[in-house]
Parts: sequence; structure tokens; C-alpha cells
Amino acid sequence: MNRLMPRTLLTPAVLAIAIISIVPLLITLSYAFVKFSLLAPGEHAFHALENFHFFFSDGAFLPALQNTFVLMFSVMFITVLCGAALALLINEAFPGRTIVRIMLISPFLIMPAVNALMWKNMLLNPIYGLFAQVSHLFGLTPVDWLSQYPLLSIIMMVSWQWLPFACLIFMTALQSMDREQLEAAGMDGANYGQKLRYLYIPHLGRAVSVVLMIEMIFLLSVFAEIFTTTGGGPGFETTTITFMIYQQALQSYDIGAASAGALFAVLLANIAAFFLMRVIGRNLAK
Amino acid sequence: MNRHSVLYLRTAGAWLCALLLFFPIFWLGLMAFKTEAQAISTPPLMFFSPTLQSFRDVMARDNYTGYALNSLFTSVLSTAIGLAIAIPAAYSMAFFPARGTVGLLKFILSSRYMPGVGALMPIYICYQYFGLLDSRIGLTVMFMLMNLPIMIWLLYTSLRELPREILEAARMDGATVLDEFRYIVLPLAVGGIASTALVCMVWAWNESFWSLNLGASNAGTLAWLIASYSSPEGLFWAKLSAASLMAIAPIMALGWFCQKQLVQGMTFGAVK
Amino acid sequence: MKRLVVGAVCAGLVCAGNAAFGATELVIATVNNGHMIEMQKLGKFFEQANPDIKLKWVTLEEGVLRQRMTTDIATKGGQFDLMTIGIYETPIWAKRGWLLPVKPDAAYDIDDLLPTIREGLSQNGVLYAAPFYGESSMIMYRADLVKKAGTSIPDRPTWDYLRDVAAKIHDPAKGVYGICLRGKPGWGDNMALVTTMANSYGGQLFDMKWQPQFTSKPWKDAVTMYVDLMKRYGPPGSSSNSFNEVLAMFNEGKCGIWIDATIAASFISDPKQSKVADKVAFAQSPAAGSERGANWLWSWALAIPKSSKHPDAAQKFINWSTSKEYVKLVAKEAGWANVPTGTRKSTYANPEFIKVAKFAAAEGAAIATADPRKPTLKPSPYVGVQYAAIPEFQTIGVAAGQQITSALLGKSTVDQALSMAQQAAEREMRKAGYYK
Repeated sequence: MNRLMPRTLLTPAVLAIAIISIVPLLITLSYAFVKFSLLAPGEHAFHALENFHFFFSDGAFLPALQNTFVLMFSVMFITVLCGAALALLINEAFPGRTIVRIMLISPFLIMPAVNALMWKNMLLNPIYGLFAQVSHLFGLTPVDWLSQYPLLSIIMMVSWQWLPFACLIFMTALQSMDREQLEAAGMDGANYGQKLRYLYIPHLGRAVSVVLMIEMIFLLSVFAEIFTTTGGGPGFETTTITFMIYQQALQSYDIGAASAGALFAVLLANIAAFFLMRVIGRNLAK
Repeated sequence: MNRHSVLYLRTAGAWLCALLLFFPIFWLGLMAFKTEAQAISTPPLMFFSPTLQSFRDVMARDNYTGYALNSLFTSVLSTAIGLAIAIPAAYSMAFFPARGTVGLLKFILSSRYMPGVGALMPIYICYQYFGLLDSRIGLTVMFMLMNLPIMIWLLYTSLRELPREILEAARMDGATVLDEFRYIVLPLAVGGIASTALVCMVWAWNESFWSLNLGASNAGTLAWLIASYSSPEGLFWAKLSAASLMAIAPIMALGWFCQKQLVQGMTFGAVK
Repeated sequence: MKRLVVGAVCAGLVCAGNAAFGATELVIATVNNGHMIEMQKLGKFFEQANPDIKLKWVTLEEGVLRQRMTTDIATKGGQFDLMTIGIYETPIWAKRGWLLPVKPDAAYDIDDLLPTIREGLSQNGVLYAAPFYGESSMIMYRADLVKKAGTSIPDRPTWDYLRDVAAKIHDPAKGVYGICLRGKPGWGDNMALVTTMANSYGGQLFDMKWQPQFTSKPWKDAVTMYVDLMKRYGPPGSSSNSFNEVLAMFNEGKCGIWIDATIAASFISDPKQSKVADKVAFAQSPAAGSERGANWLWSWALAIPKSSKHPDAAQKFINWSTSKEYVKLVAKEAGWANVPTGTRKSTYANPEFIKVAKFAAAEGAAIATADPRKPTLKPSPYVGVQYAAIPEFQTIGVAAGQQITSALLGKSTVDQALSMAQQAAEREMRKAGYYK
């Protein structure tokens, strides 16, 4: 029975994935090589590599490339580290654990658009935001976050929103640890640090890989936070590749250039995935 | 370090982190009960007489129930269908791994590499062609296809955690694959399935980009409600906070329910 | 003649269809501004008068609305029967034949529409979108602070004069900033203001050969003044402030002077939301060589896409919601302070409106002097005061806005910022084929 069965189980999934990945890719490929502006819908003249040239020759391109990677890796770093730490912290029972769990997951439930507006107006504003009020309490001049540290502010916002996800995945993974092994190690005289190094962290290996891969996808396409708070500025400081694609597609209505940019983004994602898999790939199949 | 002080530190640390992380949402919630003038006052008001006016405004002006029902329909259905496809696939990859399994996993994830805004026009035109624009089914299909790769990855992870020995023991006792799945794997994997379901349902619930672009007056989800309150010309924070609370409320309830399941899925040692 | 016959037959079929299948559902996509929300509330009156039409409202914020509607209308989606579009889109879409002309009925009194707004929404003399809201920009200031400093603000002051006044009332220790202006990058955010500033120095967006003018002297003077004003007398955090953020500050009493949309006047004079409601006064925007283009013109209007499923019902609604009777209806239901402004001469001539709205005269004067057909001192090839009604303008405006914010924060000099803006603009214009 056993060759056919796993294949059958896999078929619907593979079919669905094939449709959602190949169809848009092919259509985008076709758009990338023609002149296609939404405001001039009839004309589809062949445009060779013009769209790509236009996208790459944008003054924002190199800064956007840098910002994309800085944003991605910073948020990944923060969420995995803090997520794992938090998950370990609440792994044992303590009073109010249920409520703490809910509170830790709550930032994940907010829509990114609301998240952005909330941070911009309620928290980061140097006059009436909460951070400013707290600074006044300590007698410091409030930091103008979105002006002086725009990319850092975006990283803060996105990390805040994604920390619960990492935490949740790590919490689930820790629940599946072998209790007997932990107790045995304890009885053998292992302290927490040793348990951490030889038991907890290796067990979390697979969960970390999954979190990193999934976050990579979402972080590459972060948009609402940037659009609502800084609009990609000042200058190009918070422009990312996705933001550039958005500008081409929904501002210039130049679908050709947007498609060229999208293909580039796919290439970028593939490269990032390749390197990530090299580092963590073996954890997956263990 | 005796046990007592460890527990004390753990409790204090956990509560501090949780409160810090939760505080912005608490503040948002507070703002929903203020008037617009109170919402923008400096220094920020901690004590004020609450009012339900913002909620009333939101209910009167927008079709909250319509949007909420659409959100419920699309996120629950898309998650359910997704799980129906993803669980068998993840099960097959986790328990019958072949050489191509990691490659297949990579392929599955690669379907999400294209940023949404890049694929907007192709998908919009496809949907228009098939008459799926502004339909609940259309949105459900989109959300399901978007979450499917992630579901497979998350389920694969949690299924790989399960100890193989149990399955082998059951197989030797003559259990069929279906029995194996229903009576052994499923109860053990409940925690993983619950967290995957929660995560994907939240993503479908909060999905704004596709909802705004592929939906319209009939199939609009709560993303439309929020987009209706963002940045008009005029003060809006109290109303936006109220609309956000109304948008999160159902999913918060779901989150609470799912995290209970997480607790249940943890007794591997005992099973042995 | 043939058109009329076809039209009559279609109308007959539509009516027959309605009679057969019940009420027509009119899907209206609109922006979430106060006047539109009011219209939504009063829609029940229209439904009572027209029992065969049901209204379905879809409200979105401006940016999302514009994207969604452009996508729909360009792909002939037909998902919306009536759209709220701005005075920027109207000429562009009308030229492409995407809109049906507005057909006013006998009682409409189309000549009552404010001339500048009507001009901006027309193409070749035909009105393509009916305005239900219009605004210009003007100076709004704290009369008490200015008086205490022993000075005053006349109409059309020079920018240098205004800067001096701001210096006198600037008191950050007491939490009052001399002047608050928009700083968030965007073609409708900071660029709207800075473009009018450049216009007031005698500048323009494009010369007659469609060359962008960002590196010209008027632009340099304007942006230098803008950066100077904000650095010395502006509040911190300006780079993410748009209309709402500055409104919140002004209502809390933190701003001495504010130059922005005339609709702000109604908010800052409303004691329910403003702590300084009784202390505000108004003046016409500053000019430094050119009064032309020194204040902007914007209007939200209702338009019928060609792909609309119910064009006749849509026409009926437009006639109802932008008529004189509608203004009186709003006055009866919500008070004269809340009537839609910036559309009809008769509103500004109405004594009850003037009594309730202290800003009426200033607003009316501002709108009258903002002519989108002759927006600048030197002749310009484009229509629009703070925008150019060409599709390329959105991108150019955003790029320039981002650079100006960068200059505002001191991350680049004014010259660097303007030359980057110029490069980005030339790139777009070249791609669009205006010149090689």
C-alpha cells in the first residue's frame, strides 16, 4: 500500500500550490516584457528589458535593497531571540500563566494598518505620544523617532507585531519536549544552563528554522507599516523593494515596471531562502 | 537559587514582559471609550468617564455585521479547507519522508515569494475573467491558497516532533493508516494543529490587501471597516480604536479557545 | 439623434428591468470625510423620494479609494455605480472616456456652482463630476497670541512677514510653536503646501515645454523658507505630520499659525473638539510675488463610470446630493455649521450660513482666487494649482515630497533635495514620452 498512499495524500496540496505559484508567475513574466500602463489599457507593445532598466535605474533601488535586508534580518533576530527567551520563561507553570499567554499573543491579532497608526500617533509622536510623555517624566527630551530613526522605528513596530508569532511557535515546540528526559537530566545534576544548551536549544532547532523561513516571506513584503508612518521617506530611508513595487503598481499604474520589480523580488526571496536553508536546512529533515 | 525565588522571578519576569507587550493594545482599547477630544489630549488621560459613542457611531455608519460575517466566513472556511489539504500532506511528508521531501518543502514555500502587490494585476484579471471578484468564495479561495504553504510547514514541524515509536507499536498491533491517524497521531498533534489553525485564521482575518482589492460591497471583510476609519480629514482616533476593538473581538475569543488546546497537546511523556 | 433613441430604448429597458426585478441597488464608493458621512446618513431621504432605488455605501480612506477605483475603472470592472473622485482624477479620466457626463436636471442650477471648481471638474466645457465638497487653503491663526505679541496678520502677507510673526509667538517652553505645517511626504500631503508656496514665489511645476521646474529659483526660495520656518518655529515630529496630526495639535492649543485646508477652520472653531475654538482668526495665504496659485483648490465630486450598471439611477442621485435643496436638508438635519462647503455660490450668500461659520468669507475668497486653468504667474501647460492633472504627477509628487521631507530633517540640503526631485521628475516624464 505504502508507495501510493503518501503520494495521494500529497496530491491536492501540490496541485493547489502549483496553481498559486505558477499562474501568477507566468502572467507576471508576460507583463514584465511589455509596456503596460493601467491608464492606457489597450497598448501592450513589446518593451524588451526597458521595464527592468527603469526599475533598476530608480534612485531608490540601492537604498531599497539595503533597507529590505536590514529590516528583514533585524526583525528576524529580535523576534527569534526574544521569542525563544519568552517561551522558555513561561514554559513552567506560574500564577496567571493563561492570562500572560493571551497577553503575549495579542499584538499578533491587530491588523498591520491599525498597528501602524497606533504606533505613529499614540506612541511615537514626539509631542503627544506615550514615549514622549514618559521621557518628560524622566526629564529627557523626547526622541523624534520617525524623523531621526525611521528604519529603526519600523523595525520596532514590525518586531512588536511578529514577536507573538515566534513565541507561539516556540511555546508549542517546547510543549512537545520529552519530560522524562528533562527530569532525568535534573536528577543527574544538570543546572539550567546545561539543560538549556544540551536539551532546550537543540529541540528548538526545527522550530527556529520554520519561524525564520516563514518570517522571511512576510518581512520581505512588509508594506502597511511603512506606508502609513513614513511613506517610504525621508528620502529613501524606509523604502524597500516591496514599497517600490507598490509605487509602480498603484501609484504610477505602470504594471510593466511593477511586474519587473516583482520578478526581482522573487529572485531576492530565492537568494535569501537559499542562504537561510544552508544555515538551518539540516534541522528541518532531522 | 531555591525553588521559591525561581518561581517568583519567573512570575515577575513573565508578567512584566506580557504587560509591556500588551500595553499598546490596552491603550488602544482605552481610547475606544473616549471622545475624540479626549483621545488627543496631552498629557494623555488615564481617568475619564467612558462613553460608548464611538461604538455607536461605527455601528450606525458601517455595516459591521455584514463585514464581520464575511470575515468569519472567509477565515473559518479557508482555514478549514486548508487544514483538510495540509494535514494529509504534512502527515505524508513527516512520516513517510523521501529524498525529495526537503525539496518539496522548499517548492511549497516558494509559492509565497511573489509579493502580493506584484501579483495584483495578474490575479485581479484572472478573478475578473472567472467572475470571482467581490465574492466570498473568491476571497476564501485566495486566503486558503495564501495560507496553505505556511500551514504545511507548521504542521510538518509539529508532526515531526511526535515520537515514532508509538506509531511503530501501533502498526505492529495491526492498526491501519487511518486508525493510526485518528487514534494516535491526531490526539497527540492537537496542540500543533490548534496553533497552526489559530495563526492561519488570524492571518486570514487580518488580510487587508487582497480583501480590499478583490472584494467590494458584497464580500468586503473587516479590513474594509478599518479602511473606512483610517485617516479621514478630521479627528478619528476614538472611532478607529472602537472599530479596531470590534474587529479584534471575535478573533480574541478564538485565540483564547485555541490556546487552551495548546495546553492539552503536551503530554507525551505520559503517553509513553 | 441616434443617441437619444438608443438612450431612450435603454432607459425603457432599464425601467422594465427594474419593474420586473425590484429595487435598483446603487453601489456608491466614497471617501471617509465628514461631509460624505453626513450624506450617507441623509441617504434615507433620497430612498424615500425614490423607492425603487436602494443605496449601498462603501467608505474607504482616500489612498485606498483612489487605488481601488482606478483599478476598477481601468479594467471596466463595473463594481461601483457611482464613484467619489477628486479634482485631480477628473480631467484625466474624462479625457480617457471613462466617465459619463453629468446630466443636471432642470432645478439643478449649474451656474450656481463655484466657477473655479466647475472649471476644474469639466473637460471641454462639459461637467464630468458633480462637486459635493470643495476647499482651498488659507492661514488660520490664534488671534489671542498674535494680539498679545502686538502684531497682526493681514491678508496675503509676505512670507518674511509671516516668519517674523511666527518668531514673536513661538514659545516652546509654554508648549506653543510659532507655526505648524504639514511635513509628511506625499503629493497630497506636504507637496500640496510646498507647491503653493513655490507658486506664490512665481514658480510652477512644469514650464510650457513640460520640463519640471524643481531646480528653479522660486522653488528654491519656497523650500528654503519652508525648511527655515519649520526648523526655527515648528514643532518636532513634523516629518510625519499631515492634516490630522496638525489638527490635533492646533486643537490642543499648541500651534500659533497653521496654513492648511479651509475645512480645518470648521474643526478648530468647534468647541466640542477644540480647546481654542473662540480664539481663531483667518487670513488669505501668503504671497511673495504671485497671488496666483498661492492657495490650492481641491474638490471631491461624484462621477459615474462608463461601466456603471445603473447610470440613470446614478444621475438621479448626483442631482439630488449636489443640489441646493440638499444643502438646505443638511442645514435642517445637522445645522448650518455642517453643510458641505466649497461647492455653491448660494451657500456663501446665505445669511444663516454666514452667521454660523465665521470662516465663510475667508473660505469663499480663497476658493475664488484659486483657478486651476490659470494656476501660476507664468503660463503653464497643465491644469491644477497644487497638482498637475497628468497621470505622471502622482509619482513625481511623491518623489519630490520625500526629498523635501529629507531636507526638512536636515538629512540633505535644499539644493540636493530639489535636484534629486528634479531627476526623478525628468525620469518619469521621459518614460511617459513627453520628450526624449
